Amino acid sequence: MRKWNSLFLSLLLMGSLAACATPPEPAADGEEGGAEGTESVASSSRLDTVKERGTLICGVDGGIPGFSFVDEAGDYSGLDVDICKAVAAAVLGDPEAVEYRRLDSTERFTALAGGEVDMLSRNTTWTISRDTSVGLEFAPTTFYDGQGMMVRADSGIESLEDFDGRSVCVEAGTTTELNLTDKMRKAGVDPEVKTFQQADPAYAAYDDELCDGFTSDKSQLIARRTTLSNPEDHVLLDVTMSKEPLGPVTINNDSTWFDVVKWVTFGLIEAEEFGITSENVEEMANSEDPNISRFLGGEGDLGEGIGLDNDFMVNVISAVGNYGEVYERNLGSESQFNLERGLNTLWTEGGLLYAPPFR
Amino acid sequence: MTQSPEHQVPLWRDDRFWKIALQVLAVVVVVAIASLLIYNLNINMQRAGLEFGFEFLDNQASFDILDSVAPYNVPEETYSSIFPYSPTDSYGRVLQAGLVNSLIMMVCGIVFTTIVGIIVGVLQFSNNWLLQKGSQLYIEIIRNTPLLLQLFFWYSAVFSQLPRPGDRLELVGALYASKRGIFMPWPATSPLMWVSLAALIVGTIGLIVLWKWRVYLMVEQGRPGKAQLYGLIGVAIAMIVIFCVGLGWAFPQELTLDPSQFEARDLENFTACVAETYQVSSLAPPLGDEAIATYPKCLQTGNFEYGLRLSLEFSALLVGLVLYTAAFIAEIVRAGIQSVVKGQWEASSALGIHPNLTMRLVVFPQALRVIIPPLNSQYQNLAKNSSLGAAIAYAELYNVANTTYNQSGRPIDVMLIISVTYLAINMVISLSMNAFNRAVQIKER
Repeated sequence: MRKWNSLFLSLLLMGSLAACATPPEPAADGEEGGAEGTESVASSSRLDTVKERGTLICGVDGGIPGFSFVDEAGDYSGLDVDICKAVAAAVLGDPEAVEYRRLDSTERFTALAGGEVDMLSRNTTWTISRDTSVGLEFAPTTFYDGQGMMVRADSGIESLEDFDGRSVCVEAGTTTELNLTDKMRKAGVDPEVKTFQQADPAYAAYDDELCDGFTSDKSQLIARRTTLSNPEDHVLLDVTMSKEPLGPVTINNDSTWFDVVKWVTFGLIEAEEFGITSENVEEMANSEDPNISRFLGGEGDLGEGIGLDNDFMVNVISAVGNYGEVYERNLGSESQFNLERGLNTLWTEGGLLYAPPFR
Repeated sequence: MTQSPEHQVPLWRDDRFWKIALQVLAVVVVVAIASLLIYNLNINMQRAGLEFGFEFLDNQASFDILDSVAPYNVPEETYSSIFPYSPTDSYGRVLQAGLVNSLIMMVCGIVFTTIVGIIVGVLQFSNNWLLQKGSQLYIEIIRNTPLLLQLFFWYSAVFSQLPRPGDRLELVGALYASKRGIFMPWPATSPLMWVSLAALIVGTIGLIVLWKWRVYLMVEQGRPGKAQLYGLIGVAIAMIVIFCVGLGWAFPQELTLDPSQFEARDLENFTACVAETYQVSSLAPPLGDEAIATYPKCLQTGNFEYGLRLSLEFSALLVGLVLYTAAFIAEIVRAGIQSVVKGQWEASSALGIHPNLTMRLVVFPQALRVIIPPLNSQYQNLAKNSSLGAAIAYAELYNVANTTYNQSGRPIDVMLIISVTYLAINMVISLSMNAFNRAVQIKER
């Protein structure tokens, strides 16, 4: 009888496991449809999952002031966070219907691939290998950055060549980790590289002088410097080690969902070009200009084409404003960082922000 | 109809039927769940346009890893890892380098944790109140806090607080510690070293054989075994000499600043240091040899040649793992010793055997029977816990694999590789401990 008991017990366990495994099945079945045939693309997209769920699950870093940062009250703020809010406003009509997931640099892609998050808005650099072999889709760049190197002001390090025999801290699984190795090889020096899985222990180690330099995207270094014990003791070397276009990311082969994220991001840029702000969006909606009217859903059916309401951009702009407002609020003159917009201005002003026409 | 009712057992009351049916059912359920998961994985990978395969292992890794256990390389004049790796090597190679780092950690960890664990375990029986209570306090604190927390403690609160290289700590001119790492003596690689190492191994085997032979002669033939004792002593002395001289120990040598080659900035630093350390405010350049003799402290660089360099990441992980696992081993040792019945102690005393010998010859061999199986699990735990080194930047297998799958976009493939690797390592530990267990079991004659 005892043998039977254990057998029953194991069966019971398996039964309960099977029961636990059941809920995701509908989702899996839905995804299967998308994989095998294109006849039901609309019904299998992540867009429908988000609409059904009523919230957007957005993967963010959560530790970089200015991009995504959690305050004591548990509220998220920053440029990356505003992109999440913009997408939620467009899809669900509510910028607060977002559930944030803090992801470190090594877990972000698996979280996205496994469907744990709907999109990443987590300073992710757009590269060809991530776009292809890692299986991601990169929405338009929301921040053009470059890789920098932070050192202690009294260390005597003035260029990358001074790093021979010294050490550099870096986060694992980032493009900066690879660029660092390339640049040091080019400079002919061999520093010691300490690779951390998470950002917080990495910056703590740098703060404890366990490494002589810290390399990351410049904006991130500037933001993180404010969290070090003596921010004024640290300087950024005058080198740009790489191009770092950062933007939101979705999973490969779900073009319906990718289009939504892509065009909401473009919409922020287009809104700045049209001069539509969170303050004047209501009156602009009745604009005589056919371009603006079409953009805000007053005429035409641009929204329907990507599975949203025609006036989705009205929701987005009244929630977070245009790109310029988002930037100034989080990184520019209205923030503690006061970063110049640099490359992150409209193409009409000599920057790199350029949205294809909304028509 | 011809059978009597008691022979007509219905199927649902047939013991044999249920035994088979339930087993079949269990297998079916397991297979069904597994195939559902694999099917799901396949679909999702297809959907994301990913393929399963190991060709990516030949691609260039292009990321660097930390050299943790690095002997001084004389021709290259740097400290470099035992297992050479450069960023131009392949993913396969970097995973091997991570594996080597993991294995070093596991071997060192198991050796030290056994020593510490047995000592603390035995100390719990000490008659010295302080030692007894101290060992219990250590066990309770360590066993009841998470390992990851302890690792962060050792890394951030202890090893990170070492002085800057210029103020390095020194222990009898052989051991140096600073934020740059821990520098210690190490045998310099040379043909003589390998010969000596071989001689030491042969000597160890010789010692064991001699010892067994002596015991055999004394027990079976009642001879005094004097000649063998002298042999033992002779071999031991020879081995000590070989160990000290033949291995060619290289001590770390500090590279000091040369005052005659000072530039303006160096001179400024030096003057400031002299003023602070020696309370001397007026220094007249040019500085020569008298500066070296008078103010040696301000010429230290914390850079070394020769010997072995251990990174702080390695040291913190080793200390954390050893102390954590040792607390469990100490309890296992205590349980093992307490499991030997009191009569064994008493009988041994009645025969007039010294208490120390009683422990070594009577109690401990019997305790081993209880100690070995749980010790096996602790060794396996240590092997698996070494992967927590990833949190404190120790470049072990899990850390390297994590970077690899992120850069190559191959999570499933890489996870499969590391699962199989850890499985294989733990199987080896388990098999050798089982063999050891069989050796110490009571042999019925």
